[in-house]
Amino acid sequence: MNDTNTDVIQGTLDMLILKTLSLGPLHGFGIARRVEQVSRGVFKVNPGSLLSALQRLERAGWLDSEWRQTENSRRAKFYALTRSGKKQLEAETADWNRRASAIARLLKAEG
Amino acid sequence: MSLWRQITRGTRALANRSAADREVSDEVAHYIDQATADLIARGLSPEEARRAARLDVGSATAVREQVRSSGWENVLETFAADVRYAWRRLRSSPGFTAVCALTLGLGIGASTAIFSAVNPILFEPLPYPHADRIVMIWDIFQGERSDVTFHTYRELKARSHSFDDVGAYEAWQPTMTGAAEPDRFDGQSVSWQYFRALGAAPALGRDFIESDDAFHGPNVAILSDTLWRRRFGANRSIVGRSVTLDGDSYTIIGVMPRGFEDVPSPSTEIWSAMQYDPGHIEDLTGPEWGHHLRLAARLGPGVTLDAARRDVGAIARTPVGEFPRPRWAALRNGFMVDSLQEDVTRGVKPALLAVLGAVILVLAIACVNVTNLLLARGAQRQGEFAMRAALGAGRSRLIRQVLTESLLLSFAGGALGILIALNGVRALVALSPPGLPRADAIAVNGMVFVFAFALTTLIGLGVGLIPALQVSRGDLRGGLQCNARQTAGSHQLTRRALVVSEVALAIVLLVSAGLLLHSLNRLFRVDPGFDPSHMLTMQVQTSGHKFDDPTGVGAGAAVRRQFFAQALDAVRRVPGVSAAAFTRLLPFTNPELDIYGTHFEKDQGGFDVFRYVVSPGYFEAMRIPLLRGRLLNDHDLEGAAPVTVISESLARHEFGSENPIGQHVHIGPTDLPWFTIVGVVADVKQVSLADNQLDEVYITPAQSWFADDAMGLVVRARGDAAALTPAVRKAIWSVDKDQPIVQVSTMDRMVAETAAERRFALILFEAFGLVALVLAATGIYGVLSGSVTERMREIGVRSALGATRGSILGLVIRQGMALTALGVMIGLGAAMLASRALVTLLFGISRLDVLTYAVVIALLGCVAGVACWVPAWRAAGVDPAITLRAE
Repeated sequence: MNDTNTDVIQGTLDMLILKTLSLGPLHGFGIARRVEQVSRGVFKVNPGSLLSALQRLERAGWLDSEWRQTENSRRAKFYALTRSGKKQLEAETADWNRRASAIARLLKAEG
Repeated sequence: MSLWRQITRGTRALANRSAADREVSDEVAHYIDQATADLIARGLSPEEARRAARLDVGSATAVREQVRSSGWENVLETFAADVRYAWRRLRSSPGFTAVCALTLGLGIGASTAIFSAVNPILFEPLPYPHADRIVMIWDIFQGERSDVTFHTYRELKARSHSFDDVGAYEAWQPTMTGAAEPDRFDGQSVSWQYFRALGAAPALGRDFIESDDAFHGPNVAILSDTLWRRRFGANRSIVGRSVTLDGDSYTIIGVMPRGFEDVPSPSTEIWSAMQYDPGHIEDLTGPEWGHHLRLAARLGPGVTLDAARRDVGAIARTPVGEFPRPRWAALRNGFMVDSLQEDVTRGVKPALLAVLGAVILVLAIACVNVTNLLLARGAQRQGEFAMRAALGAGRSRLIRQVLTESLLLSFAGGALGILIALNGVRALVALSPPGLPRADAIAVNGMVFVFAFALTTLIGLGVGLIPALQVSRGDLRGGLQCNARQTAGSHQLTRRALVVSEVALAIVLLVSAGLLLHSLNRLFRVDPGFDPSHMLTMQVQTSGHKFDDPTGVGAGAAVRRQFFAQALDAVRRVPGVSAAAFTRLLPFTNPELDIYGTHFEKDQGGFDVFRYVVSPGYFEAMRIPLLRGRLLNDHDLEGAAPVTVISESLARHEFGSENPIGQHVHIGPTDLPWFTIVGVVADVKQVSLADNQLDEVYITPAQSWFADDAMGLVVRARGDAAALTPAVRKAIWSVDKDQPIVQVSTMDRMVAETAAERRFALILFEAFGLVALVLAATGIYGVLSGSVTERMREIGVRSALGATRGSILGLVIRQGMALTALGVMIGLGAAMLASRALVTLLFGISRLDVLTYAVVIALLGCVAGVACWVPAWRAAGVDPAITLRAE
């Protein structure tokens, strides 16, 4: 809700969704809120991008979806990680770590 | 797995669009609810929370749209919407659509038809495994390809290391007897490796083996699939059975597969082993030292064409004792080696490439024309596009819309084009010159459809590209504010450039067509030296053991001469025949075997000549004028003093202005009595109308040193020559029913066929030139007409200020003719360059023939004048009061 939050870094949305869902099934808003909370408000997820990404990841076979009742007895679409989604998350995490540490090294060297 | 999901989910979404939409809406609605609930939980009032959530999420519609646009099915849907819209637009202006589709249809149809003809001949590999490894090997005589002798073949086979298999073949036309009526087959006598060299083998029975090809080997034959079906009812037990060919019993050992093409000798239906005598190489009189064979060989692994050329070249240069060579097979000029494909297409390649070039020009003109029409329409629709852009359509979206329309047009044209191609191909085959290789392979097949489809797509994108860029580049807000009137400037420039190019392309085509037409007229004005009208020609052959000469004293030759003499008598008695004669050489047939040296008593020198063995009466039947002395007559018989009639050119070459009558000459062998020259006749064309050729000598069959086994028959008819065919045939068969009659034709047709390739190219160029002319004219008309519409106001002002009708007429016509003149100039330059490709098809004129170029410019000028005059007349009729009031 303040001006310090930024859009999710280009290309990392998929990984963040997968990571968030690895902790358990969630609906769209749940994922957005979790990302914001865990990043302490640094990242803010655009709903349009999020829902498109969910559809895309589902098509790719990394997520399953299901309409379920929520606590306040409303229907919501819940997403859960599949086995191949889990593999994908591992791959993306490893890749990210590799890049992040490389960038960190570069920045340190220059500093 | 994921691909499966992609397909099933996408298809489900497509199939039930509303359910898919609802699901997305529900999810978005739920998202907003949750966001609201979350904000309330943080302490906002429900009212504020709802507002904040909506602000945060943005427009629900926008989110839905974003989600919706992600799957492939949505791309498909947008495309379908574009197509539907384009379809409605095109339907709303049927005239425009019809003209565009027809123009593109003509272009695509013509290109597809030509492609289907040219592709199997020039581009597709021949129907053999690794067909590019098959080469043809020729001896060389006077710079031209010449058949090789058997001993040359043997030497080549023994000494070269470049070939896996060397196949030799020569024509063999056996007559099958024993059935109800004799049947004549087109066959080939081949060496046993012939099919191996081509990479083919019989589907039934076995291939030839080495022992089949031995001297005095067994009489064996292999049938083609078509002959097997036609004559033997596709009976599988035919293998091993015997048939009677030329009086001998032959065992059928195999049947070639259906679809096997004998490309080196296309009409072949039956093959036998050639069985030459490999011994007695020192005997120079046998058929083994005659130039009878053609060689098709398969390159060995890793051997390049150049390596093979070097190999056989070295063999030709270094004779060895084992293979002594006579003078006529000394291989002094080496061998000519070319790939089989190159070899069989060599005659037709220039014509085919020229036609291919022409059709590409036609296609280009058609595309330019349609691009122009689309541009004109784009200008009219500027307002519409401005509106769509204002409503949020992006640049790429507009471009996609324009391209969808042009693609749709192009596919309408493509469908039409396929129809045109299907008919065009039939016409092409009917028109095709007789020497066209692989004519049976010309068809609209899968490959052709792929070509047409690719071409259509390319054209759809191509013709839409300029209009699409034009539309998207235009200042759309400006377009919204004012009407089409003020937006014309840049379009006009592009359109004028297109018209100029159209005129230039048309000039190239018309000049080419003009050059060909002029050449053909020249060619047909060439005097063949005889009167070809009302003449029937055919070849009569002798076959069977009764013509054999077992005793070697000329018994067979006498039987042969007697048969021809009796046949001639019978033919002369046929009602409607005014004259008839036999000749060894029919005009416009291959004279290769009848070239002999002459040896004059006067200076002991001589020339190579065509040996015409003709029955007395030949000159009268052919109407070849006698220039000096007398013609051959019925008294020039075997015992009488040998006499000859020579051609004017030979008389001039040997005797200059002297009188040749009474001079003596040897023709062929020099150990026989002298022939005395008794007459001089005018020259005739033997090979073709176009070529310069050897001189001629004429002798009677009775005085020839051997009896020919086949003679040409010429029959002059009182009426229609072709109608006499059955009666003449019957007359010959009344003498002996087993003697084959082949190559029946009329002399007019033979004359025409000598120019068949030129005519083929000419007819196509004429058709294409006409299309180009019409398209260029409509292009000029379209641009001027559009320009007049756009300048209505200016023209109104001009005439209000006192411009006369004449000056306005002049204004518009000048504008049109300036474009034409520019196009003509560019076109002339291009035509001068392009005509280089036609040189081999021209005859008697230069490729820069001034008359042709002038006529073409005049023709195009007239047509362009008419195309300019119509809009100019409309402009001149503008009433200034009405135009100005309309503002």
